[in-house]
Amino acid sequence: MSGFPEFTVRVDQNAYLPAGGREMHAIVGVSARSAGGGGAPAAEIILIDTSGSMSYRGKMAAAKRAARAAVNVLRDGVHFAVVAGANRPRMIYPQGERLVPADEASRRGAVGAIGRLEAAGGTAIGSWLRLAERLFTGYDDAVRHAILLTDGKNQHEPAAELDAALRACEGRFLCDARGVGTDWDVAELRKISSALLGGFLDVPDPADLEADFLAMARAAMSKEIADVTMRVWTPQQARLRFVKQMVPAVEDLTGRRVESGTQTGDYPLGAWGSESREYHVCVEVQPGDVGRQMRAAWVKLLAGDEVLASGNVLAEWTDDEAHSTRINGRVAHHTGQSELAAAIQEGLEARREGDEDRATARLGRAVVLAREVGNAQISGLLDRVVDVVDEANGTVRLKRDVSKADEMSLDTRSVRTVRTRQGDDGKAGG
Amino acid sequence: MTTDQRTPATACRTCGEPALTRDRFCEQCGTPAPGSIPPPPPIPRTTSTHAAPPTHAAPAAGPVSGAGVASFAGRAGCGDCGGVAVGVDGFCERCGLRQPDGPGQGEVDLGPAGAAVSDRGLRRKRNEDAVAIARLPQGACAVVCDGVATAPGSREAARRAADAALAVLTGRVSVGMDPQGATRAAAERAAEVVAGLARGPDAAPACTFASAIADPAGVTVGWVGDSRAYWLSEAGSRLLTRDDSWAATMVEQGAMSAAQAWADRRAHMITAWLGADAGPVEPHVAAFRPTVPGLVVVCSDGLWNDLPEAADLAAVALGGAGGPLGAARRLLRAALEAGGRDNVTAAVIPCPPPVGERGR
Repeated sequence: MSGFPEFTVRVDQNAYLPAGGREMHAIVGVSARSAGGGGAPAAEIILIDTSGSMSYRGKMAAAKRAARAAVNVLRDGVHFAVVAGANRPRMIYPQGERLVPADEASRRGAVGAIGRLEAAGGTAIGSWLRLAERLFTGYDDAVRHAILLTDGKNQHEPAAELDAALRACEGRFLCDARGVGTDWDVAELRKISSALLGGFLDVPDPADLEADFLAMARAAMSKEIADVTMRVWTPQQARLRFVKQMVPAVEDLTGRRVESGTQTGDYPLGAWGSESREYHVCVEVQPGDVGRQMRAAWVKLLAGDEVLASGNVLAEWTDDEAHSTRINGRVAHHTGQSELAAAIQEGLEARREGDEDRATARLGRAVVLAREVGNAQISGLLDRVVDVVDEANGTVRLKRDVSKADEMSLDTRSVRTVRTRQGDDGKAGG
Repeated sequence: MTTDQRTPATACRTCGEPALTRDRFCEQCGTPAPGSIPPPPPIPRTTSTHAAPPTHAAPAAGPVSGAGVASFAGRAGCGDCGGVAVGVDGFCERCGLRQPDGPGQGEVDLGPAGAAVSDRGLRRKRNEDAVAIARLPQGACAVVCDGVATAPGSREAARRAADAALAVLTGRVSVGMDPQGATRAAAERAAEVVAGLARGPDAAPACTFASAIADPAGVTVGWVGDSRAYWLSEAGSRLLTRDDSWAATMVEQGAMSAAQAWADRRAHMITAWLGADAGPVEPHVAAFRPTVPGLVVVCSDGLWNDLPEAADLAAVALGGAGGPLGAARRLLRAALEAGGRDNVTAAVIPCPPPVGERGR
């Protein structure tokens, strides 16, 4: 079996605190570089919504094309299945409840079966995920990844059933979710992909599905290690305020903590290939005397018990304001992006609820932040929802006619971040 | 990662149970303030043929705890929270505060990728050496800085210089900078950090600098002062650096023979260092591509004082068990057995870097 990718950790922070200062922020950048051994063993399940509404506007035909494309890029030997989802899930390929290894014959069989899919019935996503969870049983060493496509809300099972299914599936497999059309629920897909450590995107035009499925399947095939954990040590009497993934998208991991020792907690990061992600860590420590140094957090990347890489978040108390007031560029950038995502989601929610003043204020703030952090995609999406009167001060007017697709797109993409430029960063820590 | 960090600071004066200076009562017998008396004098730590130095007329006061030859009384322990585990980098593993004096000794183990050991030696009260070592995307790098004992604050200077230099090396190399450029940048950054610590013309902390990067392209070393890097291999071993020292300068200028120069009491005076009083720093950088597998050793003068020849170090380091950590421990032991008059620090990195060793 191939070796793990080479991981490196880099910490960006201003390690100086003023006398009595407690709150330390740092950006932990994690990069993995391929060890050249090729992908890890993988298991892939494609879950296609076949509820009745899929038959409108070419969605079913596009979903079939997309699913076929994804099946065709599965590596030989990857265990896979295709599942159709309606009021209940149904095995499309293979026939029984199991995964089959990909080869020329099984790929051909799956493509044929996908061609015979028909749209009928409702949407009960929790039951689909539970079937996937059963199918992945026994593939613990593999990268377990599912692609979920839906076009509607989870109407045909109680909300509690979806929540229970997510709890059962958490940590069992990764799931990227896609909403096609404009009748699905952004918050619902966000909840699913977030719990299952995947990404989610809106695909307003069914014609774009194929390229998107291809990209997801290829990304899953490129993973080289199935389960990576971030272990964070903090000093006794310190409090880890939050751990957020910031790149590629904002994802608050704070609640995912699993205690792993008296002073350590573990956060699951899912599968990795050659890629870089960034995390914002904030820890509150007991202040030390001026001149003293502290390890405010010790971040380790683990595969099982093996440490792949580690980094220190330091703290040092100083009475030199020139040091303690300096703001690290990356910390500022990511703080801005967190606030941007929150401002958009709150603004859109206020707009849906008819609270125009709050919607105007929050989306105005979002316009300012998007500009500050240089997130051009979000600036462009905001332009479709508000008329910007004064970009610098965030004075905006809500547009009267906003297409459903634009609103959903802005909501969905509010968490997608941009990296800082090289050279924006401050001093690197240990 | 480290060993011997759980050694209690002292022992109960009544029953000899290991205790901490901050303990209010002995956990064994309940004696109040069990650690309030000074710890017993250091126990000679080796069982080598070298007799223990007859310097301390050891008063046989107090029971010597049953800690044996690996005990370093008075060394470990956090002065802030009483925690017993302090890492080689000086951070308490409980409260996180860095101990102002750092630990007396410690180890860093990166498995097959490398290892480092540092020890205050047998004669010095403090360990003013610092070592930092890290994996690179392909290979590893290490930095050794030796604080100049006569300049106050040099222990801290060495620590910070090593940390800063390592951060530069790992950061630059992992984004693809060439190792020589990264080495220069690391030495310059370390120099800047040390110069920034000066609190006046008479309070300028100073330290040496030596670094090594081992990656698939070969070995790159950098240095300022008399900390060294060696290449050790079965096919031949050699010194990779050239000391910035009085003796080396004399020999180079042809003013003296090597034997004469090294016999002079000025031999070890260094002619270049990192510090506010050092002027602009021009690090030496050298690179070579090994044709056979071997070990790069980066070390302070405490290691090479008594074992200056590359072949002597090779005889100790190569061929034994335990990977890089085993080699580093053997080097440390050899230096201590040869007298251990100074702080001893050594980082050991194999080249070419091991590949695939982390696959399961």
